[in-house]
Amino acid sequence: MEDQDKLLNDITTQEYQYGFVTDIETDVIPKGLSEDVVRLISFKKKEPEFMLEFRLKAYREWLKMKSPEWAHLRIPPIDFQETIYYAAPKTSPKYQSLDEVDPDLLETFKKLGIPVEEQKHLAGVAVDVVMDSVSVTTTFKKVLAEKGIIFCSFSEALIEHPELVRKYIGMSVPPTDNFFAALNSAVFSDGSFCYIPKGVRCPMELSTYFRINTAGTGQFERTLIVAEDDSYVSYLEGCTAPMRDENQLHAAVVEIIAMDRAEVKYSTVQNWYPGDKNGVGGIYNFVTKRGICRGESSKISWTQVETGSAITWKYPSCVLIGDNSVGEFNSVALTNHHQQADTGTKMIHIGKNTKSTIVSKGISAGKSDNAYRGLVKVMPGATNARNYSQCDSLLLGSTCGAHTFPYIEVGNKSSIVEHEATTSKIGEDQIFYCNQRGISTEDAIGMIVNGYAREVLNKLPMEFAVEAQKLLAISLEGSVG
Amino acid sequence: MSIISEKISQANRLVSLFEQSRETLNQGSSQILNRMRDVSIKRFAQAGIPDFKNEDYKYTNLKPSFEKTYHQELVRESGLINLNEVFKCNVPQLDTHLVFLVNGWFYSGNKPGANLPEGVVLGSLEQIANERPELLENYLNRQAALSNDSIVALNTAFAKDGFFMYIPKGVVIEKPVQIINLLSSDDNLMATQRNLVIAEPGSQVKILVCDHTLTSSAVLFNTVSEVFIGEGAMVDVYTIQNYHNQSTTINSAFYKQQRNSTLLTGAISLHGGLIRNNLKVTFSGDHCEASIYGLSFTDKKQHVDNFTMIEHASPNCLSNQIYKNVLDDESTGAFAGRIHVARDAQQTNAFQRNNNILLSDKARMQTKPQLIIDADDVKCSHGATVGQINEEALFFLRARGIGEKDARLMLMNAFAHEVIQKITIEPLRDQIDELIEKRLKGEISHCHDCNYQCGS
Repeated sequence: MEDQDKLLNDITTQEYQYGFVTDIETDVIPKGLSEDVVRLISFKKKEPEFMLEFRLKAYREWLKMKSPEWAHLRIPPIDFQETIYYAAPKTSPKYQSLDEVDPDLLETFKKLGIPVEEQKHLAGVAVDVVMDSVSVTTTFKKVLAEKGIIFCSFSEALIEHPELVRKYIGMSVPPTDNFFAALNSAVFSDGSFCYIPKGVRCPMELSTYFRINTAGTGQFERTLIVAEDDSYVSYLEGCTAPMRDENQLHAAVVEIIAMDRAEVKYSTVQNWYPGDKNGVGGIYNFVTKRGICRGESSKISWTQVETGSAITWKYPSCVLIGDNSVGEFNSVALTNHHQQADTGTKMIHIGKNTKSTIVSKGISAGKSDNAYRGLVKVMPGATNARNYSQCDSLLLGSTCGAHTFPYIEVGNKSSIVEHEATTSKIGEDQIFYCNQRGISTEDAIGMIVNGYAREVLNKLPMEFAVEAQKLLAISLEGSVG
Repeated sequence: MSIISEKISQANRLVSLFEQSRETLNQGSSQILNRMRDVSIKRFAQAGIPDFKNEDYKYTNLKPSFEKTYHQELVRESGLINLNEVFKCNVPQLDTHLVFLVNGWFYSGNKPGANLPEGVVLGSLEQIANERPELLENYLNRQAALSNDSIVALNTAFAKDGFFMYIPKGVVIEKPVQIINLLSSDDNLMATQRNLVIAEPGSQVKILVCDHTLTSSAVLFNTVSEVFIGEGAMVDVYTIQNYHNQSTTINSAFYKQQRNSTLLTGAISLHGGLIRNNLKVTFSGDHCEASIYGLSFTDKKQHVDNFTMIEHASPNCLSNQIYKNVLDDESTGAFAGRIHVARDAQQTNAFQRNNNILLSDKARMQTKPQLIIDADDVKCSHGATVGQINEEALFFLRARGIGEKDARLMLMNAFAHEVIQKITIEPLRDQIDELIEKRLKGEISHCHDCNYQCGS
């Protein structure tokens, strides 16, 4: 027992390992939010008229909205006038090759353990790096262009493919969807745009790294993925923020649209700065992610590993409109110290024979609170819909909390919905079993936590799974070895 | 007697009725009841009548029920009905200590004391609050006051009578105590009933509550029951609800358990317009056990909402909940269960399950089981399913020559039986089995043996 206590103590006092600030000159506008700031952002980005209207509409609606209070979170009041809404690396040139990229920036990614050049060689991953809101480098663009795939920063897309952006933006997350989505719609600085044409199977995994760097900057990126009929894409998103003392706001929006028989796989590893062990600092992560299966037999799957952020408020959702469409949600959420997470999903079944699966694994340690919140809604017309949800929580230590808030609404007789949730700590018998076989308590806890999360980690693409396991290790088993 | 006028907001109407009839309400009522009224009506006025904007009432909107004009019996209106003529108990084989309540008032013809063990008090809350206030002093409104449900506050403001039961230390009441609530009025009726049960350490009691409507006019029935279970005491409470389609029932029950005590409670909703059952169990000592069951059958446009909250405030306690609903026609059902394990309530076992069968495409089921866990050494689980009768099981029966209709009935009966078999009073169990079979066949929409055709 003593060993275990010491171990838990080690684990729960571990500090953030990615805290450093990259010294790059950035172009910053004065802090605060007003209609002028919205216009300024739009102007600086040389956006078409419709985009400015979109932003202004969202801003005006946002003014009427209130910050949501229903989550199981203690959110300190956020002063939206204290945030800087636009920060772009000052010399935002378009690099042709990696050699031209600022060495400091490359160093940053090296510290993250994911050097861009190495990745480039490793598995043919095209990385569109978003560093403080503006896309700095885009690789493998040619290979993708040959197939007709558009993968570029949002600003580029607005200039080069305004008609596509105009057609799809706001389709799955309307600008007035909720408080944070409206805020994002008004001030988003950049993000990624991805368009997969009919019948194309994207030959490589697309990837983006988001990173908050300038002190006091809000990161408002926006991702839009459109998969046309019979296409396939796997998209990876990773986040890391350096150490800061004041809380920073992150309000992102991700929209996915899948047409007939298209499949989109969206994987996230989120490792924003969680604050130190006294709960000082850390990112507020308020994200709206939603995918629409518009076409028949389309499929959207969300996989997330959440280990960072002081506060996480995130519900990647699927709206299953097309008949026979499929939605999936796999999540590992780990909270430590004073972190708070309220995360889960929504599965809205509208089409016939739609299917959804939810697997959520929560791990709480320290003084953290970890909540799963989910909605499964079967509309009367969604005959033969099927859902299976499983939400497990693992508690490490007696001062943390694990909560489950599922909502199930079924509107027809031919649908089957199942929900299952369990909460427990690591059994002493399990540790005893390992000890008996010569495995130390440290290794045993490591094995059990990893085994517990494996079901979800297995869903991640290979390169990501390695990183995710490393993150779990850093957050929990670092001292376990 | 007062008729509530229309036009002003429904909540305000009730508040002004309260203001107008404050004297009538206080008249004849003990100070213990009267002193709670003003605070409670204020709380009700602030919160108003809950609708789906209120998270706790997300799936049940009470506003339409309160829109009707109701008659409220603010003082006892005697000589209403000849009980024996209109009502025969639907559990005839059952030998019980029987008492009646009419429209929330303890019926004066009751003679409950006769065969009860010495020291047991069973009677009218109004009367006992006047005669022996020391019995109620430390208990009345101690739990209900903590609730933030405005309907409970409304009850406290208007409550005048109900049943009161006191079981002294170590006393075991062998025969079940049966409480029959009758609702009968020529006008639309709003009835308020307030009950209190105190089971002293080591005592045992089984209480069976049967609710019936004996009228065809609209009814709004607001009951609040508080049950205190002393150390090592065992209490069973069964509620059988049978109302007509124009009725609205809000039935709030609060249980507080001391260490080593055991509670078994079951709510069987056979028939009703809108039924909302609020149930809260608080474990304030260790090694408590609570088994909580619910079963409902709905059709037409009926609505049943079970809202439970289990507060694991002490370590080493066990709670187990099973709620089942069978929904037909355009009926809707809701279940919201919350288990809260407090920070130091280690070694807690808490289980919760909600299974539902939808028989028609217009029926809807909404369920939100919730776990809030702040301790680590716990085993907690919840599960919820919404589905249909298992086709394979149906095939199995049909392959053995059983007609489809019969096979379906058998399977539904089996589905319900998991809850029914938990009833520890055997004749009652058999009777309920039979009632449910008839209910499922559509043969009765009113209770067996009851002369009043109230089920229309």
